[in-house]
Amino acid sequence: MNTRALPLYATILIFLAAYALAFTQFPNILSTRVVGNLLTDNAYLGIVAVGMTLVILSGGIDLSVGAVIAFSGVFIAVMLRDTGLHPLPVFAILLVLTTCFGAAMGFLIHRLAMPAFIVTLAGMFLARGAAYLLSVQSVPITHPFYRTLTDAYWLMPGRGRLTLIGCLMLAVFVLGMVIAHRTRFGASVYALGGGEATARLMGVNLGRTTVLVYAFSGAMAGLSGIVFSVYTGSGYSLATVGTELTAIAAVVIGGTLLTGGSGYVFGTLVGVLTMGLIQTYLVFDGTLSSWWTKIVIGLLLLAFILLQKGLLTLSQTRLAKGTA
Amino acid sequence: MLLSIRSLTKVFPGTRALDGVDLDLHAGEVHALLGENGAGKSTLIKCLTGAYARDGGVITMEGAAIDPRSTLEAQGLGIGTVYQEVNLLENLTVAQNLMFGREPRKWGLVDSRALRRQAQAVLGQYGLDIDVDRDLGSYPVAIRQIVAIARAVEISGKVLILDEPTASLDAREVAMVFDVVRGLRARGMAIVFVSHFLDQVFELADRVTVLRNGRRVASQPVAELTRMSLVEQMLGRALEEVVEAPHEGSEAAPPLLHFTGMGRKGVIEPFDLTVGAGEVVGLAGLLGSGRTETAELLFGIRPAQSGTARDANGDIVLSNPRTAIAAGFGFAPEDRKLDGIVGDLSVRENIILGMQAQRGWARPIPRGQQNKLAEDYIKRLDIRTSDREKPIGQLSGGNQQKAVLARWLAMNPRFLILDEPTRGIDVGAHAEILRLIGELTRAGMSVLVISSELDELVAVADRVIVLRDRRHVAELTGSAVGSDRIMQAIASEGEAA
Repeated sequence: MNTRALPLYATILIFLAAYALAFTQFPNILSTRVVGNLLTDNAYLGIVAVGMTLVILSGGIDLSVGAVIAFSGVFIAVMLRDTGLHPLPVFAILLVLTTCFGAAMGFLIHRLAMPAFIVTLAGMFLARGAAYLLSVQSVPITHPFYRTLTDAYWLMPGRGRLTLIGCLMLAVFVLGMVIAHRTRFGASVYALGGGEATARLMGVNLGRTTVLVYAFSGAMAGLSGIVFSVYTGSGYSLATVGTELTAIAAVVIGGTLLTGGSGYVFGTLVGVLTMGLIQTYLVFDGTLSSWWTKIVIGLLLLAFILLQKGLLTLSQTRLAKGTA
Repeated sequence: MLLSIRSLTKVFPGTRALDGVDLDLHAGEVHALLGENGAGKSTLIKCLTGAYARDGGVITMEGAAIDPRSTLEAQGLGIGTVYQEVNLLENLTVAQNLMFGREPRKWGLVDSRALRRQAQAVLGQYGLDIDVDRDLGSYPVAIRQIVAIARAVEISGKVLILDEPTASLDAREVAMVFDVVRGLRARGMAIVFVSHFLDQVFELADRVTVLRNGRRVASQPVAELTRMSLVEQMLGRALEEVVEAPHEGSEAAPPLLHFTGMGRKGVIEPFDLTVGAGEVVGLAGLLGSGRTETAELLFGIRPAQSGTARDANGDIVLSNPRTAIAAGFGFAPEDRKLDGIVGDLSVRENIILGMQAQRGWARPIPRGQQNKLAEDYIKRLDIRTSDREKPIGQLSGGNQQKAVLARWLAMNPRFLILDEPTRGIDVGAHAEILRLIGELTRAGMSVLVISSELDELVAVADRVIVLRDRRHVAELTGSAVGSDRIMQAIASEGEAA
């Protein structure tokens, strides 16, 4: 077994243990209703976290995604209000926009050899500013197609709703896993995160990989924006502030190393669900403040960083002993 | 002939790194490339692999002229390279590393089953049966090195350049890698083998080319060589030319420090060393023999895994440079620009740096005192600078080195380690530094000097330790300290000391 996979197993174990613990207290938490809601409520976060996973695997970071989600919501709402366009072409235009936006950031990061942190921070302000420019107020979406989207669900046994956006998130995770583990592009992303100089020696096209990875993250942020607009039925420029950090937290809790090159897309799904589970538990409990979510997530993050550091040390000492 | 290089020239501003070098490579031979630091080995390899564009000369491969402009292009032409480190990615599996960029695909997606099968088949040729789905980083360096060789051979297949492939391997692992290399030779590959370990050259190589100062000194079958003649060629002097400098046998100094059984796996074999008060101990040996490593061990940069350090008061902890400084040690490293000075800070700031760090940053040394200290040392060591506030990066190498010395002297260490203290400085400053070392020891300080210049060691050291293949092999004292004795010890075979 690879030491690299240990954080993933730890994540899964923690998730299952937490779920079991919550189940003993509130048996309802395993009902299809709760599970369905868990997927629906976290759909936008999960989708954007898939993009973030690839970015972090490549050794980068994308701070712009929260602002891009907000921009997407406002863009859709304003377009639907002011033009007679059907939502589907609006979605297409938006996805092209956010993908190009991500690609442009990737281009700058590679071409100017600038830290991703700075470039995407600038991207964050840009996208947030553009959202304000379109509308400062929250814009409701009244298009009938949106009703169709929200009403599209499969009623699971036990009256739980598996919504379209919940399914979309799961589909995006499958897509992310295929890209990361079954394509040459995915291997290049891991290579880039493992070491730029070595990756170049092995024939990785660094520029292409960097541009593509941020373009993918931009596309996922756009898709997440669409899902968020379906979920809330409006577009608001002040929405999803700090979502990029929540996504990063989900990625790290999912066992991906922030320094890049090590981690799994599946882990991010478990990370997102773990965070959703904590929230659900607090709702069930009813007496605790919702801020406890942040505290528990903070503790979990800390625990995972320590775990990864510990595993790193462990594998190194074991290697040293192995060769002795 | 597989590959032929004729009058290869590469010029860097100020130096001719390669000056009309010829090299012939035949299929099915291991060709060792030897030379001291700055001889031009790396430049030659970089010209061959396309990392550098050459300024003159012709490279022909199987009769056709080639001009690789990148590592990838060189690989395409059949020239593969394995470096000492950073060849492959530790965070990918063995199979991914081996087949990277050529993964078998089915419907556009990587076919992981075929990937595994092909990787196993490739490694099977090298007698390696390992789990290819595990991360490369979880295997020992020797296995990684063999995987790197396998990848280079798979991609290139004609010429394999091994740039110090054994530098971090132990004896058993070296044997493993050598078996692989011999197998490739039998298959008709031409192999360029760069190593600092003479024993390995004699064990593996068929022919040897020695470079010195960018020129080819000689190219000959290894069978016609003795260790002595090889060392002579590398160092560029014949034994009979050496006039043994008369050396005063200094009376045995009272011992100050005892190091017993200090060692670190893969870095330096355990050694014993006693340093007397006011004594200058020299470390001699070829590049890569473990000189710098010994210094790093003593200063806690790469702390020892075994052994103890003691002084008159008991054990000393040398687990990192901080503790070493606390024990009264000082270390002026080899690469002054990288490790020694802070180029943008002034001469004064560089001089007080160590002292300030020792005091703690919360208690700044008063500016008046700083100025006085800096002025004192500038005068005492004759540091040539227009004023003490000039950025040190603008000073000449010799004056930078003096400022580094001043920094340590300001902290008043009892044991000072100098790694190549005279590298890259002019003749005048050279003599001054040596004179300064003499002065310091008369004041009771003990000094460990590492140098590639045998004459320098002979001139300055009371005792010289000779290193070979990361082992302390000989110790010369008093009248025995002479260039020819040191050279003999470097070249001598086996365990004899």
